[in-house]
Parts: sequence; C-alpha cells; structure tokens
Amino acid sequence: MQISMTVNGVARSADVEPRTLLVHFVREQLGLTGTNIGCDTSSCGACTIHMDGESVKSCTVLAAQADGAAITTIEGLASADGTLHPMQESFRQCHGLQCGYCTPGMVMAAVGLLNENPNPTEAQVRVGLEGNLCRCTGYHNIVKSVLHCAAG
Amino acid sequence: MTATLTPTTGKIGQSILRKEDPPLLTGEAKYTADLNIPGAVFLALVRSPYANARIVSIAKSDALAMPGVIAVYSGAELAPLWAAPMPCAWPVTPDMLNPAHHPVAQSQANYVGDAVAVVLAHTDAQARDAVEKVVVEYDASEAVIDLEDALSDRVLVHPHLGTNKSYRWELKPQGDLSEIFANAVFTVKERYIQQRLLPMAMEPRAVAAVPQPFGGDITLYSATQIPHILKVMAAITLGIPEHQVRVVAPSVGGGFGCKLDVYAEELLCMALSRKHGIPVRWTETRSENAVATVHGRGQVQTIELAADANGRVQAVRVHIIGDMGAYLQLVTPGVPLLGAFLYAGVYDVPALSFECDGVFTNMTPTDAYRGAGRPEATYAIERAMDSLASKMGVDPMELRSRNYIKPEQFPYTAMTGLVYDSGDHQAAATKAAGMADYAGVRAEQATRREAGGTKHLGIGVSSYFEMCGLAPSRVLASLNYSAGGWEAATVRVLPTNKVQVVTGATPHGQGHETSWSQIIADKLGVSPDDVDVLHSDTALSPLGLDTYGSRSLVVGGIAIVLAADKVIAKAKAIAAHQLECSEDDLDFADGLFTVRGTPDRNMPMAAIAFAAFTAHNLPDGMEPNLEAHTTYDPPNFSWPFGCHICVVEVDSETGAVEVLKYVAIDDCGNQINPMIVEGQVHGGIIQGLAQALFEEACYDEAGNLRTSTLAEYLVPAASDVPSMITGHTYTPSPTNVLGVKGIGEAGTIGAAPAVINAIVDALAPFGVHDITMPASPQRVWQTIKEAAK
Repeated sequence: MQISMTVNGVARSADVEPRTLLVHFVREQLGLTGTNIGCDTSSCGACTIHMDGESVKSCTVLAAQADGAAITTIEGLASADGTLHPMQESFRQCHGLQCGYCTPGMVMAAVGLLNENPNPTEAQVRVGLEGNLCRCTGYHNIVKSVLHCAAG
Repeated sequence: MTATLTPTTGKIGQSILRKEDPPLLTGEAKYTADLNIPGAVFLALVRSPYANARIVSIAKSDALAMPGVIAVYSGAELAPLWAAPMPCAWPVTPDMLNPAHHPVAQSQANYVGDAVAVVLAHTDAQARDAVEKVVVEYDASEAVIDLEDALSDRVLVHPHLGTNKSYRWELKPQGDLSEIFANAVFTVKERYIQQRLLPMAMEPRAVAAVPQPFGGDITLYSATQIPHILKVMAAITLGIPEHQVRVVAPSVGGGFGCKLDVYAEELLCMALSRKHGIPVRWTETRSENAVATVHGRGQVQTIELAADANGRVQAVRVHIIGDMGAYLQLVTPGVPLLGAFLYAGVYDVPALSFECDGVFTNMTPTDAYRGAGRPEATYAIERAMDSLASKMGVDPMELRSRNYIKPEQFPYTAMTGLVYDSGDHQAAATKAAGMADYAGVRAEQATRREAGGTKHLGIGVSSYFEMCGLAPSRVLASLNYSAGGWEAATVRVLPTNKVQVVTGATPHGQGHETSWSQIIADKLGVSPDDVDVLHSDTALSPLGLDTYGSRSLVVGGIAIVLAADKVIAKAKAIAAHQLECSEDDLDFADGLFTVRGTPDRNMPMAAIAFAAFTAHNLPDGMEPNLEAHTTYDPPNFSWPFGCHICVVEVDSETGAVEVLKYVAIDDCGNQINPMIVEGQVHGGIIQGLAQALFEEACYDEAGNLRTSTLAEYLVPAASDVPSMITGHTYTPSPTNVLGVKGIGEAGTIGAAPAVINAIVDALAPFGVHDITMPASPQRVWQTIKEAAK
C-alpha cells in the first residue's frame, strides 16, 4: 500500500506491506537507523519517536497508521547547523548515556515529557520515563539530565 | 594509605565530557543492525520448543517453497562446516566434562532455544516466516531444571557423559577446618540461591558476515565485547586461516558479560556467507535473546562461618552448585572460580575452604554476567556476616569492624595465596555510615518498632572486595584458563602532533575514547581533542584481549601509559640530538623538552613529531617514526573495595519494599574521569539492586523460560529505583603507575547484599532470618507469613 508522511521535515512516500511497523519503515526504508529496536513487546521504548508532536513507540504503530502524519526521529532533533537540542545537550552534560542504545528513544521520550510538563519533579520524571528502559546508567543521570534541561 | 585524590592541573582526574556522546545522541552511531550491507541475506534459526528432545526428523520442503527462501539446513547438514566444536576456553580441571557443542544441534536439543535448523532468505521477515514452516518432529524427555536434582543424576542432560556433573573444583586450606568449627563459639550455616538472571543488554545481539569475492578473506561485524578473542576462536572453529579473518565490533549497545562469548550465530553467518559467497546477517529479537544469549548467576550456595567469642571469624567453608546450563560456553565453568577467592570477603580470616560442583541442566548456558562469580561470593559472605551478627546480638557494622583486614596489614597475603594490594575497609565503612546517618536510622528504627505499625525500617550494610583487572597471565595459567590477561597498546604521534592511540580494549559504553585521551593528553602535553582512539576492529587494532572483568583501564590503560613513555623516550633522543645536549639534561613537561637551566633552549613535541616524519636530522640508526607499541601483563589483580548501605521501608501488609536511601562508598584508587566512574557505579548498583528486588529467569518444570520477554522479565524502569548517594575513598593501587583500580563491576558486587540485608533487618521483629532473591512483594509477604508459623 502507498503511504505518505513528513519525516524530519521532508515529505516521504513509499509502497509498504500493510503489516510493516513504523519503526521498520523508518529504519529500513528511510535508512534512519538512529531509532533502535530493543524488544518485541513494546516494553523498552528504544524506538520512541514523535508523531504529530507526541512521543510514540514506533514498534506499536503501523507505518500505514502514520500516513499523513508529521514524524520526528532522533535524526531530526538537532538543529540543521548541528547544534544539539537542549535535551541532547543535557544528556551530554549530565552523562545521561553510556552505551547509547536506549538514548535516542530516551531523549525523544524526555522531550515529549517536558512538552507535557515543563517543570516536573524528580518523581514525575521517573514515572514519565517508565516506558523506556536503560541498562547502563541506573537512570540516575538520565533523571538528572531531564531535570537539568527543564531548569534551562 | 587512604588519601584524598591529589589535585591535578592536568586532564587526568577531570570530569571531561565524553567524546563518544555526539554520535550516540544524534542517531549517527552505527550499531551492527544499522550497517548498510548491499546484497546481504538474512539468517533465521529454528529453535527447539523442548528442553530435552531427540530430533526425529526435519521436513524442509514447505519452508523452501516460501517466498525469498534461499536455503534451509539441518544441524546434520551443517556438520561438515565446522572444523571444531564451539570453544570453551576455561577447562577448570583436567577431567572436566565438556560435551561437543555445535552451532546447530545435530541429533539432540538440550534447551528451549537450542537451534535445530536454519533458514536463509532475502529479507529478515521472509527468513522468519519460513522458520514457521520448517516441520521438526521431536521425541521429548523429562527436563533437568533443579540444580540439586541435576547433581543427583536422576535424569541426564547428556546421557553419553553418564553424569550431569561437569567438574568438581576445590580450594582447600592446609589444615583441618572441622577442628576449627568444632572449637568455635559461634557458627552459622546458611543456604542461598543465586537465581538465574538475564543480562538484557539493551542492544540484542546482531551479526553480519561479509566475504571477499576473491581470496577467501572474511569480515565479521558483531555486537561483541571481544572482537580479538572472537577472531582467534572463529578461525579455529571454522578452519579459516586467522589472517584471513577480520572482526569488527561497531557501536555496541551494552554487554555486561553476555557479549563476552563465541556464539552460534556468529559462526553460522560466517560459514554460510562463505558457502554461498554472499553477506549473511542476523539480528536477534528480544525474546530470542532471552533464550539464545547466555544467562548469568545460577548457583546454590552453602556457606558456614566459625567465629570466636568476639565474633572474629576463624574459618569459612563453602560449597556451591554452579548451573552451567546445557553446554559450556566460552568461560562458563570458570565463573564460580572468579568468586572462589572472595568468600572470606574483606575479613582477616585464616582459613577458607571452597568446593564447586558445576552441573549441566536443560537450560540456556550460563556465562559471565556483570561481576561473574564475585557478586555471588560477596552476597554469601555479607549475608552470612549479618546472620552471625544477629546470632551474637551484635550490630552488623560492629561485627564487620572486628573482622576487617586492617590498613597496616596491606599488602595482605590471603590464605588463598592471593595478595590484596591495598585497602582501608574501616574508612569506607565509617564514611558510608556517616553519609547514611546509620546511627540516626537505627534510632528511628527503634522508635518505629516501639510504636508498632506496618511500615518497617531496615538498614543493610555490605562491605566488598573486588578481584578484577583480568588478569596476570601466569595466575590465569594456574587456574587453567586458556588465554593470557595482557593488553596491547600503540601510541602514534602523527606529523602534525595529533595522536593516534590504538587499544586492544573494546568499549561498549564505558567511555574509553575519553579516558584514554585524558591519559595521553597528560602524558604528551596535547589536548584530549587531538587524540584519536582506534579500537574494536582487528584490522586497526590487531592485538588485544578486549573488555570484561573491569580490566580495560587497569590493564589496557596502563599499556597506553607505557607506550606513551616509549614515545617520550624516543622524542627525547631526537630532542637531545637536535638541541645538541645530553638526554640527561632534558626536562619534559606539557609537551616541551627543555634543557635544564636554559629554558630558551627547548623543542616542543610538535617539532619533534615533524622531525620524525621528515627524517632529515635524526640520530644515526633511528627509525623515522614517532610511535611505540606495548603489551602489558599486570603483576596482580586489581582490588577495588567499598561499603554500601541501603535503607528500606517494608510494608508488612503488602510486602512492598521501598528503598529510602542508598549510599555507596567505592574506592577505585585514582580516578581518570570521575564522571565516568560515577556512571559505572550507578549502573552497577541498579543491576545488583535489580537482582535483589526484581529479576529472575523463571523456568517451568518442562524447561520453558516463562520470563522470555521484557514484559515478563522485570528490568527495572526509572520509576522502580532510587537516586543514589555516592562517594569515594581514594586508596591508589601500588601495583600500577596510574594508581587505578577497576570500577565496572564494583557497584553490582556491593549492591545485592546491602539491599537484602536491609530487608531482613526490617523484618527481624517477625523472626525473619532470610529471604530469597528477588524480594518481590509476594515473596516478602509470604516470608513474613511463614516466619509467623
């Protein structure tokens, strides 16, 4: 089936199998491999992207469901001149990443979290990120990164 | 011995932001599954749904008729491709039983997930669809799941071996322990279960094998911790000349030991890419990862302490049953040995006896998982010390104080013959107790107990020693390990005074590029930004033994220093030649050679680098380059230590455990990058805490893994765990030039006993003496009810 959407500000269209998940479309057909796959039960959040401004796990969305949507992946978050998004910069400043595999999804989820609640408490950050798993950091510095970003 | 960290004006000791981060933060980094490999076909594996089953027949025709399918192979058909079985590099005893383990089972499946056939197809989806159409007939038997049942040989995993016991390994004292136990004033005997854990690195494994069209060379890309070891092992297993194999570990999304292995899928992709002359790749799904990637832990421990009237421990006697799983993977049998030496913990104990029976079971093979043997040992001794304290009616911190090896006893030759290089356990404990307000928590606990109620306060302590920095090669030889423990490094100053550092360590999240750059910056007087660290590719870094066992800095980092020293020595010779002075008259600091007493006579490293390149005016006979290579074999293990204190609140109505406070004092000697050290500690603690509270690989009686997805296996989320309070003491290692100790596994080693000690302490008024991990709400509630009976 034919689908069209805007991905990181660029109009894209493609012919996909109806069963194609959005994450597979983004990774395999668009070559945007920054979005990672960490599970097969929508548990880990490594594939979190933004669809029409809201964070979604792209393994729970069919590519067909994103027809007509505006998608932002981790590759679309930094400015065109390469300046990191404040959330990316906060993760860097606070050592909020180690192996980096959960990081694109975690950063996208964190941006989504602050869009909804610009001044969260530590507890709200922890609950807000509970759909995204990290095995390296123990979350300590991820939480710190989000609070750092919220504090501007 | 304990000192504050010497302030430095250099880069060592600074929390410099990581060089690794920008590509990881922007999605630019390439993990193995991200690689664009034109023409690659996909491997998928047919995995046994039975834990113990004879393969009766395999019907391939339906699968072969599926769209995109190129080939289907049974294990028997693949047999000619293997020059040797899959490797186990640690035959711990001469008579260890090690059944031949092939990438695909040839007649018998021995665990759920054991591969029995493979499919090659043009897309991943086509290959996986076709797997569903391979019809395998099995003759299933009873599975061996319980370790004590396994040891009884009631049902055999490998009938041709005649037993489930792979080995018995012993560490025996000179004298007779039974006499010490008979004369002891206090004894305790405890039994602990180290549940199986799933490592769950966030990146599942992924492999791509790319053959050269002519000549037989092959490149393997793999999400591995060990490209160097894998290259040797793959060459042997496949019968390919080693020089024709290149292994590359692209960005690797965490390892924790589970990527310290030689896996069937790596060998299959290589063998089939050679057979078909096309690239072959495979990417693990998470539920596949749960059964096809090694598990960790899996021990039944019995520990006994004998103490005098003052609680001074006189002897420790340990027996463990180690769950090998169905086969011996790369270092499976050696994992319990890495803990064997630590069952006396941080205490001045004159006698230790340790026995381990390694047994086969019909479950996924176990192997190294963060700490590998040492968390298990530390858990046993630290839990048993609390039992002894409870029996004596002594505060657990007081009991520990009476038994700590004292600072003046270092270097301390343990009864095992190992030399603990340095430590100050009392200092770490005192600092932790202060930061945790130990006395205050005890007072509040007493108040609460007086008042009654359902929210019970508990405080748990864990003092640990960690034996890491694997390892002196001769010591490894004495343990029958098949490889050495050295590490290689090259430091190469380029003509424009930029520096390439080649390291045999293989990072997968630890920030080696940043730390190595800091070391070189201080050595050579350049900016860390002027240093490029090359790693994880056997073509760029031909020699190495990779990253595991908290070895990278204490072995690989020291190799960098020694190579840099050779570069400086050579640069000095060039400077002396061109300044027409004696080398003895030259001082070197901040990248500048200066003639002592005449500071205007000097030569910067940049000029020397260019001089080495032009070779116009070098000392006679000197080779025109400015680079040096070192292979460094450490003289001792690394002995970081620390004290962790956990404060919990347990709700006796619901069984819920809330961690109110977690304080960790870790001593890894001098720190290259404190920010990275903190990160390692944080992650390590939460992995240990997760073993204590959340995680368990649960099998049913038939050998099915019931926790095979992240929906069932409870890797904690941010909302499940606390923030941590971390601190350090600084006891530099006297055995290496940087004074550093490993820190990758320390947090995990310290954490689980601190958490469980806190829970048991909270529940002491109920008569609870122990609780089995993980201390889930249900298990806490049941433990309270059982204690009441």
